[in-house]
Amino acid sequence: MDETKELKTKEMVLNMGPQHPSTHGVLRLRLEVSGETIVKCTPFVGYLHRGTEKLAEGMTYLQSIPLMDRLDYISSMTNDVGYCIAVERLFDIDPPLRAKYIRTMVSEMSRISSHLLWLATHALDIGAMTVFLYAFRERERLLELFEMLCGARLTVTYPRIGGVRNDVSQEFIDTLYQFTEEFPSKIEEYETLINVNRIWLKRTVGVGIISAEEAINYGLSGAALRGSGVDYDIRKHFPYDAYDLVRFEVPIGKNGDVYDRYLCRMEELRQSNSIVKQCIEALPTGPIMSSDSPKYTLPPKDKVLNNMESLIHHFTLITKGPMTAPQGEVYVATEVPKGELGFYIISDGTGKPYRMRIRSPSFIHVAALPRLCEGGFIADVVANIGSIDVVLGECDR
Amino acid sequence: MIPETAMFGIPQWLWTIAVIIVKIAIVLGGVMLHVAYATYFERKVIGRMQNRLGPMVVGPYGILQPIADGIKSFFKEDIIPTNADKPIFFMAPILGLMAALSSLAVVPFFNGFVVANINIGLLFLFAMSSLAVYGVILGGWSSNSKYSFLGALRASAQVISYEVPLGLSLVGVMLMAGSLNITDIVNAQSRYPGGMYITAQWLGFFVFVVSAIAETNRSPFDLPEAETELIAGFFTEYSGMRFALFFMAEYTGMIIMCSIAVLCFLGGWTLPPFVLKLMPFLGAVPGVVWFAMKLYVCIFFYYWIRATLPRYRYDQLMSIGWKVLIPLALVNIVITSLIKMLVHPTGTP
Repeated sequence: MDETKELKTKEMVLNMGPQHPSTHGVLRLRLEVSGETIVKCTPFVGYLHRGTEKLAEGMTYLQSIPLMDRLDYISSMTNDVGYCIAVERLFDIDPPLRAKYIRTMVSEMSRISSHLLWLATHALDIGAMTVFLYAFRERERLLELFEMLCGARLTVTYPRIGGVRNDVSQEFIDTLYQFTEEFPSKIEEYETLINVNRIWLKRTVGVGIISAEEAINYGLSGAALRGSGVDYDIRKHFPYDAYDLVRFEVPIGKNGDVYDRYLCRMEELRQSNSIVKQCIEALPTGPIMSSDSPKYTLPPKDKVLNNMESLIHHFTLITKGPMTAPQGEVYVATEVPKGELGFYIISDGTGKPYRMRIRSPSFIHVAALPRLCEGGFIADVVANIGSIDVVLGECDR
Repeated sequence: MIPETAMFGIPQWLWTIAVIIVKIAIVLGGVMLHVAYATYFERKVIGRMQNRLGPMVVGPYGILQPIADGIKSFFKEDIIPTNADKPIFFMAPILGLMAALSSLAVVPFFNGFVVANINIGLLFLFAMSSLAVYGVILGGWSSNSKYSFLGALRASAQVISYEVPLGLSLVGVMLMAGSLNITDIVNAQSRYPGGMYITAQWLGFFVFVVSAIAETNRSPFDLPEAETELIAGFFTEYSGMRFALFFMAEYTGMIIMCSIAVLCFLGGWTLPPFVLKLMPFLGAVPGVVWFAMKLYVCIFFYYWIRATLPRYRYDQLMSIGWKVLIPLALVNIVITSLIKMLVHPTGTP
């Protein structure tokens, strides 16, 4: 045999997903690997496409809220809030202060619950399985609080255009306040498990580095952007609801690696907890539904039951939507746990949106995956997927 | 012990064979029972560490869970991938378990109870644990799945790399005991002032424990079966009883590695002399009890680590093996040899 003749090597194509334990849903990655090193990474999305944007065109503004629950189903509250704010800006509705505080409070609860799920799965992907169950212990308490609030644990459909569905009970407030008192010590518990763990540091520090400039160019948002050192948080810079009335800090990373994104989110847990606490302390009394634009917002339930006009109004709003609506278009972005969730809505004067476009952070984050993964190892791919925190329901819409 | 003349009219050679068969049956039965209950123990211990209960449904406190699992996997459909290399696919798990179980032949569970009391006991153990990797690599290769293949590659590289520090870490023990026979090593420890070689060989013990975890593919070195990267690694395509065989091989391997740790570093079935001097009544307890207790402490340590630590990456695993553990083991050998030369210049321990 000719010994000088070299055998040709070829990259192996590894199909990761759509059924894979750590692609967080139905993300599919086509990895070209040379040994354990990733040469090329191509994400494929759309396995969970449900046509949310098109469906919304055929529905009244109010009917679309349950669709928004199913975007980022881990944090449905923030999607609903974002959508309601977009419609409110479109029609110039100003919700009462109490509703704003309640929305801010439940959004931050939702952010904590989403970040806990992120922490759980991210740690599990890297192999720390105990953190998973510790994080789920606290998440369960939050889900029970959601259940107490509106009856649903995951797909809440709680916010309404111009306010929220029902008022919070005293029991809810007390339980939530107790949770916020205890939660910081729980965060410390997670951190003792992994924050300075040598293996955790080895797996995350210096992995999936993306510079601030590149992160902006890729359109990253949320903790994925802040991890690279860009100070951008919509809650802080373009405040909505009651975010300009509470005090909180935006944690910023430095190196833009998996570890810094992890640290940012862990600090966000603390900040969110503090926001929830401030909201409870400052919760004003008053109505929970805007009454200044009765053409778009639902009348209070007791009026619906006792007053004929309100009943008719409620019925038409639910079934047909606002009969006349101002024409116009609006883009409203809110800070959801994953990043910047934007709604671009065009109203053509009928009760239904002419077009609705959703700018979902997960979709844009998935696009940055090849940049993060290529050149790394197979094990880094799962660390990167975890660190950009994608949810495929939102990505595929 | 056994008279030269035939007993009950049975020839001597037949008697010897019968004794060996009975011993094998006891060892196999005992170890398989412990393997089954090691899974139960693991699920309970990790459950406790993770704020959950572990198995609770089958029997009181889920005590019958391992038996239920065994019956379930026995009756499950044996799915074979279409393009799998069938003979090798069938053979691989059996090969793995065979290698693991053969190692039990030289493990003494208490004084005098060993299937084969051979002079090269430790070497035989290393040989068998090296053979176990064949089950893994053949299983991964024949499955015709890329995930299995990657798992098998990782496993073979890992086992071969960690074989070296594993062997080197025990050289210190061999030097101190002056023997490769495991029974002799334990007896030498009981003559040693500390009663356990871990007091003098702590560096060797550290290297051994880390390498043993890697050798048995346990967390944080469970890369060959890293479920969040490679689904289940080399046994991704296995189901039913064949999957259970791999599982049994893994747990048998773990029990064997813990046994070696107990026998070579923790004094086996003996207690340190100073403990016996303080509490002489402990000498009445049979040695197998001490052996089992020490064994379960080691196994608990495995579970503890699994519940606590994240997983290493492939390149990090390799660099730990070659750049940290092997130099440490070599340093240990040099120090042990020097001390032995200074203390016993004649060479006899």
